[in-house]
Amino acid sequence: MTDTPAIELKGISKAFGPVQANKDISIRVMPGTIHGIIGENGAGKSTLMSILYGFYKADKGEIFIRGKKTEIPDSQAAIAAGIGMVFQHFKLVQNFTVLENVILGAEDGALLRPSLAKARDVLKHLADEYELQVAPEALIENLSVGHQQRVEILKALYREADILILDEPTGVLTPAEADHLFRILDNLRKEGKTIILITHKLREIMEITDTVSVMRRGEMTATVNTSETDPAQLAELMVGRKVLLRVDKKPAEPKQVVLEVENLRRTDSKGVERLKGISLHVRAGEILGIAGVAGNGQSELLEVLGGYADATGSIRINGEEIDLTGKHSDGQSRRARGIAHVPEDRQHEGLIMPFGAWENLVFGYHHDPEYQSGMLMDNAGIREEAAGKMERFDVRPPNPALAARNFSGGNQQKLVLAREIERNPDLLLVGQPTRGVDIGAIEFIHQRILQLRDAGKAILLVSVELDEILSMSDRIAVMFDGQIMGERLPEETDQAELGLLMAGVTEQTDKPAIDAINEQLEAKLAREEARNG
Amino acid sequence: MDYLTLLQILDSTIRLSIPLLLACLAGLFSERAGIFDIGLEGKMLMSAFFSAAVAFTTGSVWIGLLAGILASMSMSAIHGLASITFRGNQLISGVAINFLAAGMTVLIAQDWFRQGGRTPSLEGSARFQELTLPFADALRGVPIFGPLYADLISGHSILVYIGFAVVPLSWWVLYRTRFGLRLRAVGEAPEAVDTAGVSVIGLRFAAVAICGVLCGLAGAYLATGLQAGFVKDMTAGRGFIALAALIFSKWRPWYALSACLLFGLLQAVALRYQSIDLGGFVIPVQFMDALPYILTVVILAGFVGKAIPPRAGGEPYVKER
Amino acid sequence: MDRMPPWADAVLVPLFSLVLAAILSALVILAIGESPTQAFWLMVDGALMRSAGWGYTLYYATNFIFTGLCVAVAFHARMFNIGGEGQAMIGGLGVALACLFIPFPHWIIALLFVTVAAGVFGAAWALIPAYLQATRGSHIVITTIMFNFIAAAVLNYFLVNLLRPPGSMDPATANFPEATHLPTFQEMFSTAETTLFRGSPANVTFFLAIAACVVVWYLIWRTRLGYEIRAFGHSETAARYAGISPVRITVVSMLISGALAGMMALNTTMGEAERLVMNATEGAGFIGIAVALMGRSHPVGVFLAALLFGFLYQGGAELALWTDIPRELIVVIQALVILFTGALDNMVRMPLEKIFLSLRRKEA
Repeated sequence: MTDTPAIELKGISKAFGPVQANKDISIRVMPGTIHGIIGENGAGKSTLMSILYGFYKADKGEIFIRGKKTEIPDSQAAIAAGIGMVFQHFKLVQNFTVLENVILGAEDGALLRPSLAKARDVLKHLADEYELQVAPEALIENLSVGHQQRVEILKALYREADILILDEPTGVLTPAEADHLFRILDNLRKEGKTIILITHKLREIMEITDTVSVMRRGEMTATVNTSETDPAQLAELMVGRKVLLRVDKKPAEPKQVVLEVENLRRTDSKGVERLKGISLHVRAGEILGIAGVAGNGQSELLEVLGGYADATGSIRINGEEIDLTGKHSDGQSRRARGIAHVPEDRQHEGLIMPFGAWENLVFGYHHDPEYQSGMLMDNAGIREEAAGKMERFDVRPPNPALAARNFSGGNQQKLVLAREIERNPDLLLVGQPTRGVDIGAIEFIHQRILQLRDAGKAILLVSVELDEILSMSDRIAVMFDGQIMGERLPEETDQAELGLLMAGVTEQTDKPAIDAINEQLEAKLAREEARNG
Repeated sequence: MDYLTLLQILDSTIRLSIPLLLACLAGLFSERAGIFDIGLEGKMLMSAFFSAAVAFTTGSVWIGLLAGILASMSMSAIHGLASITFRGNQLISGVAINFLAAGMTVLIAQDWFRQGGRTPSLEGSARFQELTLPFADALRGVPIFGPLYADLISGHSILVYIGFAVVPLSWWVLYRTRFGLRLRAVGEAPEAVDTAGVSVIGLRFAAVAICGVLCGLAGAYLATGLQAGFVKDMTAGRGFIALAALIFSKWRPWYALSACLLFGLLQAVALRYQSIDLGGFVIPVQFMDALPYILTVVILAGFVGKAIPPRAGGEPYVKER
Repeated sequence: MDRMPPWADAVLVPLFSLVLAAILSALVILAIGESPTQAFWLMVDGALMRSAGWGYTLYYATNFIFTGLCVAVAFHARMFNIGGEGQAMIGGLGVALACLFIPFPHWIIALLFVTVAAGVFGAAWALIPAYLQATRGSHIVITTIMFNFIAAAVLNYFLVNLLRPPGSMDPATANFPEATHLPTFQEMFSTAETTLFRGSPANVTFFLAIAACVVVWYLIWRTRLGYEIRAFGHSETAARYAGISPVRITVVSMLISGALAGMMALNTTMGEAERLVMNATEGAGFIGIAVALMGRSHPVGVFLAALLFGFLYQGGAELALWTDIPRELIVVIQALVILFTGALDNMVRMPLEKIFLSLRRKEA
């Protein structure tokens, strides 16, 4: 091994408007090693890698490739510098064959036949060398996600990349597929390739990397040798020792069960099972917090409960069974049952951005008789009521006519909360209540949710912010891979334990469940292999 | 129906299919690259006028053809500017181009020739003449094959033969060349092309330009081959039948040939017979006129073999993280 | 904050586009050797300076209000209905059938019934494309284009094979009975001394068109359905969250759109020709696209844009009469308006946004 790093970043900064996505980032990665970059969603990992691949231009900073200062204005320059990127969302042409995808942009001449012949040979060679077997004539759309990812890696290797960046590569993989990926990465490392692995999963960092950098809120907080650290320390570095937001909270007084979910299952349009038998209950007067890394089924759970996704299993509200499919399973009928929903994505779900605040404040409840006057909507009444709601929820500016898109994130969220909470629902579903919300508004939003709890309502809170889960919840359930990994009481657990559960690491508790999942997945993968093979 | 009548209908089918075929292949290149084009009609019309006008003025049909192609390409340039550069709505742009052509052609025709929006009739070298293939006359006497060769295969203008040649050529370009691979990719997944270091904008403009050339050929054939001169609105919806054929053929060159021949046959039959009597059941001619469109709707609805357009079609490409 | 105040977006962008279209049209007129200013005054003179000119202008505007509203309603649900032309043709068929086969005692009763017939026929023609879009994902633009051609064939069949009076060579129906005659402006506003709107086709349908503007305004901005249409148009995911059915909104808004297009036939068929002819729509269905784009899909905007296009149509006819500029000049202007307000929208908007941004910076 030489002393020249394969890749070195010095003082990279990048801002999008007022948001500082990367702040003075420096990394050195030695050739023949795997370097992990870990951090929460929105920590700035993807931005950094996009800079490295020529998608963005850094505001400040320098990039050195094999000791040489290199400008990367576009993807072409990145490819020329020997950098290959495997994006989280694959950049593949679905109805092309593997070969066609591999040669696209790297053809040898104006005619395809020689390029395809050459690629077929190279692929065979790469397959043997790195366990990167893919049927070269198969269409991408017929391949499993794991195989599609191999095509992405092959694309990079075909372009003779010796620095490979993988952005959240296991997010879409089953555990068995992920294991195979790690074997491939290990083989690549042995051949002297340099790999940068971006992930938010601690287990992966510990399993495969040589060195690891931790990012938080656009900054690089630490770089350590993987062998000298442990998951608990990394988790702490990742989340940071943020001062726990002080939430004045009386002890909960749970009463009767309001929401009862049993064996809820949902399969998405691609045939992937997103909810794998969820069972939980929420009582009146308590907050059940659902912790978990984004993409482990929390969104799907909220969609099913909110009435805009079909599922199987059973949901009971106040003891009454509700429809999970068909005509009586939509947002309207859920609201009629006393379920209010503050959705995770307020900009695309919770609000109609060009609508004025007043129109948004009845969104979803616009069928209510109280908002009608004869055949028309009682716009004057709605406006008047809106002004009151905005005042009670401290929405600024308190102008009901202003379009939703012109409010700040926090005030947009207050609009949604005002609408949902003032309906006085039996059950409030809340997704990511403080995502993209400024500190001042966070406290206000938390207080309002707690007030609703103290008024004897049931609350299901989904958040990827552990702090929020810990400070708000009366009980915590951790979701991983469409399953509930376990339940904890906030006073009896800590970030480290929850972090491990969120990463799917179960030391002793709930162990059989995860084994069962893995077995299922292995079996499924084997079937897929057989089909594609 | 005797053999000669059949030959006549088929002959007329070929003549009527060619403008459809050229326009359909034009649309194929554009839409395969992700740019929807409902302005085929306008481009053809533009080319029809300018090819006829310039052919008349210069006396050379070839210079006319060139002018027609340039006129059609200028419409393509507008479409490209609107839908690629300014990321506008491709459908609205197409509508605008159709009207622009409908208006401009008559306006200029009136200014240049003062014959109520038409060009004077083309004669001699200002028009594409019918080619007689070798031995056509000698073989005419041979039973069955003779008339087939002399009347159906021989005796068309050069653009007809070019039109048929464009089918295998398009297929070859799309499926056997680097350019074709990239073009198809940019209509399916522009992000894949972009991350591979190839210009999405360049490819799409190239596709739109090819579309202009082929529409130019189609329009020139109408005004200087099929007919002898330009008349107002002479495309008469052919651009839309071509669009229907494109969907019907599921954006594939060889299927496009069959679809255009089928639609051309329908036109030929509708032209010759006012209604068709099928043993007491009469098919009105209007039904024949509407059939291409009805078939296309059925295909679009996915009841018979779903037509899936290129995935990125109609969407301007915006780079994302 | 928005980059531009809403009023600027609603007023300046279409105005700018219009100015661009006007400049280009003036260049076209210059290029064919005529004087743009002279042409303009000829148009004003012919369309606006005499009541008969107004009679034509308003007659055309009536058509464009209906087809403009048709496109606008669909736009609110984020659908592009190019099928106004076909829906208006079939609407005309409804008008003709009602007028010919129902013995109406008086024109007021006739108008009520025939309006319903026109709307129902127009809506029916929009139903299949709407349903296919909602449930099968067939692109509504393509299906409505196809339905325009199918409508033309259907109309042709009815006129040639079924409704043509015996002995007539003309593909048109017989004249409608006297009782279905709608009062023209000439009959309504002329006094014993002065004849107003002499010989012009404007008729009582114009007021129906204004009523349609009001109704559409109420529908879009004051009713629950309009609320849902707008919400769905802005964000389908949000609509799902709120429990608004995408299928229902797609179908219902297209039915309304088709009905409005169908009602255009009242003006041309019942009001003017008093029989159904082959080319009754005269491309008004397509002009609706320009009108809706220019009017920003707002009934007031549609009304104003329709007046403008009415003026252009009548003025264009005058030009063709007195100069060598053919009527097709109007088609060019229409194309340019569609191009600038619809497809090259960003080209017009971007410089405007820059101006507003720099203005705001100066203030700050």
